Amino acid sequence: MTAQPVIRAKDLNLTFQTNDGPVHALKDVDLDVSKGEFVSFIGPSGCGKTTFLRCVAGLETPTGGSLTVDGMTPDEARKARAYGYVFQAAGLYPWRTIGGNIRLPLEIMGYSSSEKARRVKETLELVDLAGFEKKYPWQLSGGMQQRASIARALSFDAPILLMDEPFGALDEIVRDRLNEELLKLWDRTQKTMLFVTHSIPEAVYLSTKIVVMSPRPGRISDVIDSPLPKERPLDIRDSREFIEVAHRVREGLRAGMEVA
Amino acid sequence: MSNTAPLAAQGAGVGRSGRVALWARGFSRGLAPVLTVVAAILALWYLACIPMNAPQSVLTASRADIAVDPESPSDRRGMSGTALALRNPGVALSYAYVQDRPKLPAPHQVSVELWNSTAVLAPTSPRSLIYHAWVTLSATALGFAIGTGLGILLAVGIVHSRVMDMSVMPWAIISQTIPIIAIAPMIIVVLYSVGIQGLIPKAVISAYLSFFPVIVGMVKGLRSPDSMQLDLLRTYGAKKSEMFWKLRLPSSMPYLFASLKIGFAASLVGAIVGELPTGASAGLGARLLAGSYYGQTIQIWSALFAAAILAALSVGLIGALERVLLRRMGMQQ
Repeated sequence: MTAQPVIRAKDLNLTFQTNDGPVHALKDVDLDVSKGEFVSFIGPSGCGKTTFLRCVAGLETPTGGSLTVDGMTPDEARKARAYGYVFQAAGLYPWRTIGGNIRLPLEIMGYSSSEKARRVKETLELVDLAGFEKKYPWQLSGGMQQRASIARALSFDAPILLMDEPFGALDEIVRDRLNEELLKLWDRTQKTMLFVTHSIPEAVYLSTKIVVMSPRPGRISDVIDSPLPKERPLDIRDSREFIEVAHRVREGLRAGMEVA
Repeated sequence: MSNTAPLAAQGAGVGRSGRVALWARGFSRGLAPVLTVVAAILALWYLACIPMNAPQSVLTASRADIAVDPESPSDRRGMSGTALALRNPGVALSYAYVQDRPKLPAPHQVSVELWNSTAVLAPTSPRSLIYHAWVTLSATALGFAIGTGLGILLAVGIVHSRVMDMSVMPWAIISQTIPIIAIAPMIIVVLYSVGIQGLIPKAVISAYLSFFPVIVGMVKGLRSPDSMQLDLLRTYGAKKSEMFWKLRLPSSMPYLFASLKIGFAASLVGAIVGELPTGASAGLGARLLAGSYYGQTIQIWSALFAAAILAALSVGLIGALERVLLRRMGMQQ
């Protein structure tokens, strides 16, 4: 892990103007994310975790403070294709095959056709979907569709992967498998991961750093550096360290609720 | 499909093969209800012919010196067809289906006229319904093409420009509140005064009716992608044109076809209405008008049926196109 932060937020504020008055979605958020880290954002609805991710992606514009992504503004980073974004729903185009869906960002970014074909094949292998290139999304299960959407975000090899509750709509068994695969993927690609979740075990299992957030106004209430080793079999979740980290996350969530 | 037979195949217990049972079920689900309704309509139609045509039946009989119930024509004048049919059941029945100009022609009379004016006559004959249908269809097709093109263009403008959204849509809606029968003669007169006649004015009226369903459907279709899908393209740095071609347009296809079906039917109505005020000599509308001038009810009904068959075939064709296209796009399973 190098010291150079890939994402640096300083006094970040975002206020939405709504009909019921201003909503403070993010208040004084300070956060540094180093290259290759796996950072989870956890907190109740309205704590600003998704909003923060959207700010990093340049989909929302902060109303105060500074935010740099790979040394650029979020908008520049977006244009430089510094990140891939995975949404909660797979959002695959039903009229495109799995291969065609993964090709979509590559088409927009103007890759040559041989390069497109190579990258589609590579990323499909990466998410263990080799052989499904010609299938349509409706022919795949929900978990496979979400893997395809991760492949789509990986296809242009951006150094950062932003994931907004990517497994939120899947059942626990599938989610466990995908979590395991995601860790392998992270290990192989060495990308910087920002991962939004509602699930404490998921956050603890995946992350090197857990950011606990609380609502009204949306802010960071605790940042936990995980003591867990990089090698994480699923049964690590029964270990003492895991339970301790999970406990601290739960405490942080509770404290955030009490203040609000 | 597995190779083993399912344990409880449809109809396995009643001594029929699964295939026959499936066919029978398909029949009872698809064709049988349709045929039942058609049979009911035909029965009702035949029944209605008796009282509808009774005054003429009784008149014909009395001229042929057959005894009819109120003997004097002045007594019969005020009576309803039903009353006449009830008092002269034999006469009303025997003359109901053989008149030249019945008030209500029987289905077989219409069928015979349809057959004679399509299959027997040469399509070039001015009495051939194929000729008239072709005249109407060509105006319909041109108007449909103009209307669809215009509808799609306006929808694209509305989706991409707030100004057009605010300005075009209300006018599109207002345009459809004006009865076409009122505006059609004006369109024809105005276009005639600038020297345009024949196919174009009818096509303009067709287009006037058919652009509306297309604009409504396409606006809805082009706006059907949710914010997540638009955000996803934004994260790729996609341009507006790329969002249109790669996301909005393909998403709108199911909506477009639904609109096209309505639009085509509206086009056909427009072309027929466009033929009425001109005293046009050709086209299904002209055929309807001529039929009503000369009391040729059989001719009117056969022209009506020709229009209905034309619409059904065309809408069926659009439906087939839709299935093929959506299947090729992988959107229909």
